[in-house]
This record gives sequence, C-alpha cells and structure tokens, in this order.
Amino acid sequence: MSAEARLVVSDLRVVVTGTGADVVDEVAFSLDAGETLGLVGESGSGKTTVALALLGHARRGLTIDSGTVIADGIDLLTLRPKELQGIRGSRVAYVPQDPASALNPALKIGRQLRDVFRKDRSGSKDGDSIDARVENVLAAVRLDEAALSAYPHQLSGGQQQRAAIAMAFALRPGVIVLDEPTTGLDVTTQRHVLSTIRTLCADEGIAAIFVSHDLAVIGELADRVAVMYAGRVSEIGAIAEVFNSPKHPYTVGLLGAVPSTDRAHPLTGMEGEPPRPGERPAGCFFAPRCPFCRPHVCTDDEPPLDLIAGSHSVRCVRVGEIAPRVGAGSEGFATARAAGAAVLTVRDLRASYGAKQVVHGVDLELDDGECLAVVGESGSGKTTLARCIVGLHQRWQGELDWRGQRLVKAARQRTPESLRAVQYVFQNPYGSLNPRKPIRHIVEQPLRRFTDLSRGERGRRAVAALEATALSASFLNRYPGELSGGERQRVAIARALVIEPEVLVCDEITSSLDVSVQAAIVEMLRDLQAERRLALIIITHNLGLVRSIADRVAVMHDGRFVEQARTSQVLDSPQDGYTKRLLADLPHIATATAEPGLPPEAWLTQPGT
Amino acid sequence: MRAISPAADAQIAGAPPLELEELPAGVGPRDSVLRGVFRTTRGRIGAGLALLVVLVAVIGPFVAPHSPTEFVGPPFAKPSSAFPLGTDTLGRDVLSRTLKGGWELLLLGLAGTAAGVLLGATIGVVAAFRGGLLDAVLMRGVDVVLAFPQLVFALLLVSVVGPKLWLVVLAVAVAHAPQVGRVIRSAALDVSERDFISSAELIALPQREIIFSEILPNLTSPLMVETGIRLTYSVIIIAGLSFLGFGLQPPEPNWAVMINENRGGLSANSWAIVAPAFLLALLTIGVNTLTDAIARVSLGVDGRRAATAVVPARPPALEVRE
Amino acid sequence: MVARRSALGILTLLLASVLVFAATQTLPGNAATAALRNTGSAERVAVLERQLHLNDPAISQYTQWITGLVKGDPGNSLANGEPVDTLVMGRVENSAVLVLLAGSIGALLGAALGVAAAARRGGWFDNTLSVVALTFTALPEFLIALFLVICFATVWLHVLPAVAQIPPGTSPWSNAESLVLPTATLVLMIMPYVFRMTRAAMIEALESDYVEMARLTGMSAPRVLFLYAFPNVIPTVVQVIGLCLLYLAGGIVVVEYVFNYPGVGQQLVAAVTDRDIPVIQFIVMLLAAFYVVVNIGADVLALIATPRRRLPRSG
Repeated sequence: MSAEARLVVSDLRVVVTGTGADVVDEVAFSLDAGETLGLVGESGSGKTTVALALLGHARRGLTIDSGTVIADGIDLLTLRPKELQGIRGSRVAYVPQDPASALNPALKIGRQLRDVFRKDRSGSKDGDSIDARVENVLAAVRLDEAALSAYPHQLSGGQQQRAAIAMAFALRPGVIVLDEPTTGLDVTTQRHVLSTIRTLCADEGIAAIFVSHDLAVIGELADRVAVMYAGRVSEIGAIAEVFNSPKHPYTVGLLGAVPSTDRAHPLTGMEGEPPRPGERPAGCFFAPRCPFCRPHVCTDDEPPLDLIAGSHSVRCVRVGEIAPRVGAGSEGFATARAAGAAVLTVRDLRASYGAKQVVHGVDLELDDGECLAVVGESGSGKTTLARCIVGLHQRWQGELDWRGQRLVKAARQRTPESLRAVQYVFQNPYGSLNPRKPIRHIVEQPLRRFTDLSRGERGRRAVAALEATALSASFLNRYPGELSGGERQRVAIARALVIEPEVLVCDEITSSLDVSVQAAIVEMLRDLQAERRLALIIITHNLGLVRSIADRVAVMHDGRFVEQARTSQVLDSPQDGYTKRLLADLPHIATATAEPGLPPEAWLTQPGT
Repeated sequence: MRAISPAADAQIAGAPPLELEELPAGVGPRDSVLRGVFRTTRGRIGAGLALLVVLVAVIGPFVAPHSPTEFVGPPFAKPSSAFPLGTDTLGRDVLSRTLKGGWELLLLGLAGTAAGVLLGATIGVVAAFRGGLLDAVLMRGVDVVLAFPQLVFALLLVSVVGPKLWLVVLAVAVAHAPQVGRVIRSAALDVSERDFISSAELIALPQREIIFSEILPNLTSPLMVETGIRLTYSVIIIAGLSFLGFGLQPPEPNWAVMINENRGGLSANSWAIVAPAFLLALLTIGVNTLTDAIARVSLGVDGRRAATAVVPARPPALEVRE
Repeated sequence: MVARRSALGILTLLLASVLVFAATQTLPGNAATAALRNTGSAERVAVLERQLHLNDPAISQYTQWITGLVKGDPGNSLANGEPVDTLVMGRVENSAVLVLLAGSIGALLGAALGVAAAARRGGWFDNTLSVVALTFTALPEFLIALFLVICFATVWLHVLPAVAQIPPGTSPWSNAESLVLPTATLVLMIMPYVFRMTRAAMIEALESDYVEMARLTGMSAPRVLFLYAFPNVIPTVVQVIGLCLLYLAGGIVVVEYVFNYPGVGQQLVAAVTDRDIPVIQFIVMLLAAFYVVVNIGADVLALIATPRRRLPRSG
C-alpha cells in the first residue's frame, strides 16, 4: 500500500434506506496502479453493493451511510451529484454484468460510444477528434467498425460485452470496476474477454476491481483477492496467499466447493445460508455454519479484520488455531463402479426445432448406476437431447430404448413404467414448482399419479424423499415462495426421487445456484447414486463439475458427440480438437484442498483445543 | 378499454407491471391476496367506499320515507325538514328516490360482470388449451367484437329490441367477454409455459387435472383483477345507457336517470343531481381503488407474476403474430 | 407488413359488418316494427317490410346492404327519408374536430405529466397526481361533463355555454367557445389513462439496467431522462394514444348528448331513439372502420419506434 495508491477505501458502510440495517460494513482495501483486486462472494455477500459504492452509487432502496472512497485523491462519497457525474466514466468507470440489458436498446452502439466521449469536455490528450478516439478504442477491444451502426440486440453476447468494455475504457480512467463481466459468456469468449481486459489494464496501468463468484476466473486475473461474506470482508490478501493457505473457514469451504478439472475431489458444500441484512447475529456472521465455532468466543462479538502476515488479513478470532492442510486430492475416488446392465440406449437421434436441425445423430448408452455427463456450451443441443429422452420434445428421429423397451416420442403416450423409470430435473428452480401448492402436494404428485398408496403412506414416502435431499419434514407445509433457490432445487429432486426412478436426467440443475450450494447438491447426488444404484445423466456446461461426479463424459458440440469416454480419459488426454480447446480455455484454479475423509478437527494445529 | 389503475393497466395495454409501492409488512407467499389487500390503505379505502354505497343501495329501499313516484311538492323545492334533499323535476322526494335508486344499477352491474367474466374466462381458457383452429377463430371473434366501443355496441342492440333489462345485461356481458378472454388466455398461456407444467406433462398427468389443479389456481389473481375492472365498467356503461334513456326507464328511480332528468334544476335544487351523482361516483371510485389494491398485492404475493396477464402489447383487433 | 395488417383489417371489418347486420336482424323485432313502433297497424308494417325488402332471405339483404355501403350508398334514413351518407358525413367533421383536439391535448398533457411524475417518483407531486388519476378514470363521462358544466357554465362561473351553439353547416371553429367544455370533458376522460401508462413505462425505463449504466458513466440527469429513458417509452405511448382515440370514439356519444353538440355521437343517440336502423348501421360501421385504421396506424408507428422488432439479429 504505497502512498500513491490509486484507490483507497476505508470503513465503507451501506445500509437499507429506512430501516438502517447494514448491507455491507467495515469494508476497507487499497489498490495501486496496475493492480487487480478480485472481490469474491456468493449471492448476498454484498460484493455488487461494494462495487457500485466505488462509484458513489447505491441501488434503489440502499444508502451509502459512511466511509471514504478515495480515487486519485478525491473522496467520491463527499462529492455533490454534479461533481460525481464528472468523475464517473472519466476517473472511475464501470463494466456491467449483463451487457444485453446495460446497453440502451433504442440507440445504436456508435451513438452510445460517442456519448461517452462527448462528455469529456477537456478533449483527449492528443487532440484527436471523437471519431478517431472511437476508432482507437474499438481496435483496443477488437470490435469491428460495423458494430458502430448496429443496435445492441444485433450483436452477440461477446460483442456486446466488448462494446461495454470499450465504453468503460474510453476515457482512460484510473480505476475500473468490473462486475461479473463474463457471466453468461461461453468459455472461449470468456477467455478472449478476460485477456482483453488484462491487456488494457496492463497497458494503461489501470487499477481494477474484479467482482465475481467464479474463483477460477479471479485466480487467473487478479493479483489480490478479498473474500466477502454477509457484507463483511472475511479474508483479504495476495492470490497465492489466500488460495494456497486460506485461513478463514468460509474461504476454506468455498475453495473446497469449487470443482476442478485437474483433480477429482469431493466437493464440500456448506449447509445453511448467509444471514440477510437485518438478520445478522451478534458475533461472527459465519458462526452458525462454521465447523470451528466455539460458543462465546465466536458468538459474543464480531471479530475484527486482523492482519496476520504480509498483506494477508483475516476476520476470525481463532485464526492461529486453524490451518487446513494442503492435500494432494485423491484420484481414485468414486470413479470405479461395477458395470451394470444397460438401462437407456439411444441410437442415431436427430432432433430439430422448427426447420433447423439441432441434434445430428447421437448415440448413447447408459448403464445401471452409472453417471454420464453431457458437456456442451449453449446451442450445442444438449438440452434438446435431454428433452427428447424424457419425452418433452417430439420432433426427432432415431431409437430410444429403456431396458429393451422402445420408447415413443411423447411422454403422454409412454407406458407408466417407463415414465416412472426416467425422471427429469429442470434448470430453473424458480419455475419448476407450482407457486400455489404446498411442498407436500408437489412432492406427492408422482405418487398420486402412479400408485394407489394411501394418504398416510404417500406422506411417509414424501418425507423420506425430502430427507434424502437433506430437507426436514417441516418443509412439507411450506410454499415454494418461502424457499431459497437451493432448497427449491432439492424439492425438485425429491419429487423426482419419490417414485424411485432408475434414471435421473439433470439439466443444468446447479447453473443458477451459488458454488457452495452447487457443491452440496452434487455431493448429495453422488450419495444417492451410490445408495440406490441410480443412473444419472448430468447436463452441464461446466466441465469442471464432471470430474467430481461423472463416470463417463460426452462432449457435445453443434449437435454431435465429439468425444465420449471415461472421465479421466477425456479430461487428461482429450482426443478431439474442440475438447482440447474447451479444456485450454477453462480458467484453472490452483488451490489447497484438505485430504478427503479427514474431519475438520484434523485441521487444528493443536489437538484438543 | 379504459384501464383503471397502474397495475391493472399492465393487464390491458401490456405495459410491464409496476413494482409494489406499498406492500404491507408480513404479506408473503402464503397469504391470501385478500388478506393483504385489506391491510393496504388503498384496499381499505376502496372497500370502504364501495361497501358504503352498497349498503345505501341495498338498505335504502327499506328506509326511504316516501314513495319514489309520489308527487310531494313543487318541482325543485329546496331542502326542508320534511324533505331533507328537496324535490326533483317532477316534485318527487329526492331523498327517497336516491335511496331507492341504486340497487337495480348494482344488480345489473353485478349480473353483467358475472356473465361477462364467466363467458370471457371460458373463452380464454379454451382458446389457450385447444389452440390451433379453435384458438384462431375465437381470437378473430374477439377482435371483431372489440372493434366497437362498448357503449355503441350496447346501443346497437338496444336500438333493435328496445331497452329491455335482460338485453342490457347481455350487451354488457358480450362487451366485456372479449377483453376478459384475451387477458385470461394470455395468463393461461403464460402459466402453461412454465416448467412445473412441463413437469406434470412428464408424468403424463391427465389434461383435466393439469388444467384444474395446476393451472387454474395460478389464474385467480388476474381473474380477480379483471373482475374488479369489469365491474367498474359495467356500472359505468349501465349508468351511461340509463342516462341516455336506453337502460333503466323512468319513472322508476335510478341514479343515472335522475342525473339526466334533473339537469335543468341545477341552480334551483342541486341536490337532485348531486346526491345520486355523489353516490354513483363513490361506487365506481371505490371499486376501482379496491381493484387497484388487489392488482398491486397480487404482484407481491405471487412473486411478481400474478397481475402480469399481459395482453399482447398492441391495441386489440389486429393480433398479427410475427 | 402493412399490407398484411390491412388485409386482416378488412377481414375484421367484414366480420364486423356481419355482426352488425346479424344484430339488427336476429333480434326480436325488425326494422319495420322498430320504425313504426306503436304507430303502425299490421298492414302498414307489412307494407314497410316489403318496401325494405325485409322478407327476402337474410343473405341477400346483407349483400344488398354491404354492396350499397361499399358503393357509397348506405340507404335512406327511416326517420326523414334522406340519404344516410349526407346526413352522417355532414357531422363527421364536427366529431372529428372534438376527437382529434381532445386526443392531442390529452395525450400531450398526460404524457408530460407522466414523465414528470416518474422522474419525481414517490414525491408529493407523483402521489397527488396518481390518486387524482385513479379517481378520474373511475368516473362516468356524463359525471365529468356535468361537473364541468356546473363549474363553468351554470352554477359557479358562467363563462362558457352549457350547450353548444353550432348551427348546421358551419365549422365548429367558428364558434370556438362551444368547443371548450366538450373537449375538456374528453380530455379529462383520457388524460389520467395516458398519465398512468406513461408513468409506468417511464418508471420501468428509469429502473432499467441501461439507465443505471448511463448514470454510472456520468451522464447528467436531464440527458438520462430525455435521451436515454424516453426513447424506450415511445412505443408504449404510441399504443396508448391509439387506445385513447378509440376510447374517445365511444366517449363522444355521451358527451355530445350532454352538450347537444352536433356530431356523430349525438346523431347516433337520436337514431337509436327513433330506431333509425340504416343510420345506426352506418355510424357503427364508420366507428369500426375508424377503429381498424387507428389500430393499424398505432401498430406501425410502434414498430418503427422499436428497433428490436424492426431489425433482425445479425451478429
């Protein structure tokens, strides 16, 4: 932290307007020129609130209560609105998460870009005209000139994001805040966008704050990282320090939950949820979920953020007593399973949407108790394939067999046995449960449809299904609106499990969930698979996930399986060019992982404390 | 066509729904919409006004001091102790006529609304689920009826048959059904595209069960809002018809008729007009405000999806699908 | 695209004409009994029926009527025997003036107030206007009309005529005083609606990501409001105005009656009183045609104002 730090934030506090409940508090860090700080957290951590506060902005319903944000010697939080306008864009700029909605749909890109330059009344340092400057910045983000006369909806996601980046870098600000700028982009585009950002920041010596929930991306881009939990910075330090020797239990849990393509390790999910503003406990916010929590020590007062070494600070009173061991991660976990009979067979499936063919001849064989992952990016046809298998999509040709029985296209016309045997879980937990029905009704629905069980027996089975997905019986009488995303997804899985299927097709079921929730659900699926010999088809775009759960992987591109083999084979020695490119473009994270199977107490350096 | 409130507007013209400006604390996903409504100011005011007028209309006939058709004094006499609101254009007691002048209006309005909503909702649901040719035909029919202003349509029917009461109710019902049909159809289509319906399809749940058990409960909110809007319109149309002389006929007292026939005596005894006008206005404003409250609360209870029965964002009649 | 909608519009009109005709045919009573009502003996009714071709099969009656309409001869009035088209078209100008005048004023004022309210959302200005708007849309048009009459013509002030004084054949502009109250009534009918729709659309635009983004790039507030948010509101406003014109077309019936304004609406009321079927049919078809044209126009304008629908994705 040199005296000429580009950005110094101290004691930043943002509250809910009206109630005064704190959303974020005690946020402090500083950045030098050319440095990139990653701001990591899950939903509800307050990272976006902090990001916006760096521009002196708070979303509707929130107020920046106190603190200082000093950029180039000026405290943004003390400026009047007109002065703030002058700073924004020119000294501190912002790159939004979703460019599709951040660009004005009614104006052409060129117009929006010119508007940014026009506000810089001092003119550029070299006296260039606006047009020349526009050209320069377009070249820097590698966007074609044709983009200037296009409306936002006419560009692809990657192009839109580049346009947004161009608008942010246009006036050569000293500080740039990037709010999850690559979420929603496919892996290859993400790599390009990230390298563009890296180059621009390095060339101009810009200090950057990079907000993300994706630890791997942060690991590749940032110099330092701050981990946020429930509105507080729980750990901050250099990337190597924090990722290789994390000190805060939350950080350790988070790192353990990140799936990796490099080694197979059991994902550690964390039960429970972060406390919302206004519901935060007296002591450490993480205490209710922390395996190391000691009553009174941890729960009486909020721990301060303490410097422990170099630039590494941790908010934990037990920090000296906890040290996760850097483990190797076992290779041989859970990938060897006894081969079973073939439960599902697909031959030469060709599916179309309207006039366009999206699946071109796919062959697939799933054995009892086996987990097959189908990996592909958006547009690869993987969801269409899944929907054909379960009977939701009917425009296809080919053969589909369940245990030798030919299945017809429409679910409505299939035999009850085949319907019971193959179940499906949707991607979006917010749409797959009827908001007007209690959980009891939702989970019992397949039982009512397929069995003659009595009411009492149905109830018992529903409870059993919920408990298998780690939900208590108290959920039976609740409504979907009261549940979180992770809980809803578990209900959806319970509904699928309640009639004891043989195959479970999971279509991107964790894409909209936090990393720790995703980890918990993946682990739960693995356990279910082992207990019930359940066969799984996991549809995902996240190649990292497959190492932790799949026996075999099929990589799908443009409607075809370009590679299909055992997981270790595909990930370690890919044959196909597309697979290789996908693996190369994936951000990697080198993290510390504890040896699996060791209880948390094993992490204590002094046994018995 | 004339929308009532911001949230209900969303149903009619396809603008996006407003977010809640006033959702009482504690109203969550489990609460019934009505319970939440009565905790908002608008809900209370609207319900209160409407209830007040309903009471006057229903109880009034039993407490009126004089017969509404009896000539009790000179025309447009000023208020006196015997006749607290004075007399009207023919010398009849304004108070008695006002007290007796509401129930028919109310009854016809309710009947027309009920018939219209029932007809419209049926059309909407059938069109949404049968789809195909039936849907296209029904929607064309809807467009055609919507091509006429509602009052004009009613006038058309009245001109041939005469001002029969059953005809008035029929005209109102037919005038409302298309709009209700479109809103419900849109809501039903919206709901049927959601994953929990696909989930029911996946286990081949019988169509009937899907419609009644899964979809219909999700339509109650837009239905409630539409009913409220239609009720306001029904009263307005019937009052308008009566005012023009084509609805409820004199000498029976009726607020709209009273307003028309006493126009000449505004300076002499304004009560003859003001009393019925005031009550009529309170009724429509009350129902309107209540409907607005319902629309806003359903937005919150159903998680922002209830009152978004978005009619395609074009003016009715030409639904060209691109 | 315009061609397609026009074709659909014509289809709608055709179906509407069938509906109009069916309504006047299938209900109890027919044109003859209606025209003669209580004054006709059975013989006179029979004579009139033959005269009006009422005993011909329905289809041929319909074709007679519709071809007449299209050719420009919608028959003669039953009340006074004069050709319907001269009777009605003479008044169309008067009504058109009302509708267009009220439409423009109402739309402009309503939209301006809506934008202002959205910009100062939650303040006293916004809350007051919203409540007033909510109240006014619930009021029947004759109440608004009478309220204005009470205020400005008879009870409180006496500055404007309670009844329009426009001799037949003269332009309404020559007697502008008579225009004020009817126009004001119509304006008060539609302005609250335009206000609320504009306000809602504006609020949505102001809360959008792209407006937040514009603020974060340091754009000044007025610029954000007018150059960034407002262009996205235009399609909604256009459609709202379309709906308003249609609503006005219905509203003139009562308003013209109250003010005795010599327009098409008043004529319709008179025709209904007289059971003058040909006149009624013609006016109703006229209104339907107006409706269809306005719809097409609004659709086209809204499409032009929405680049997203106008241009396909290319990238």
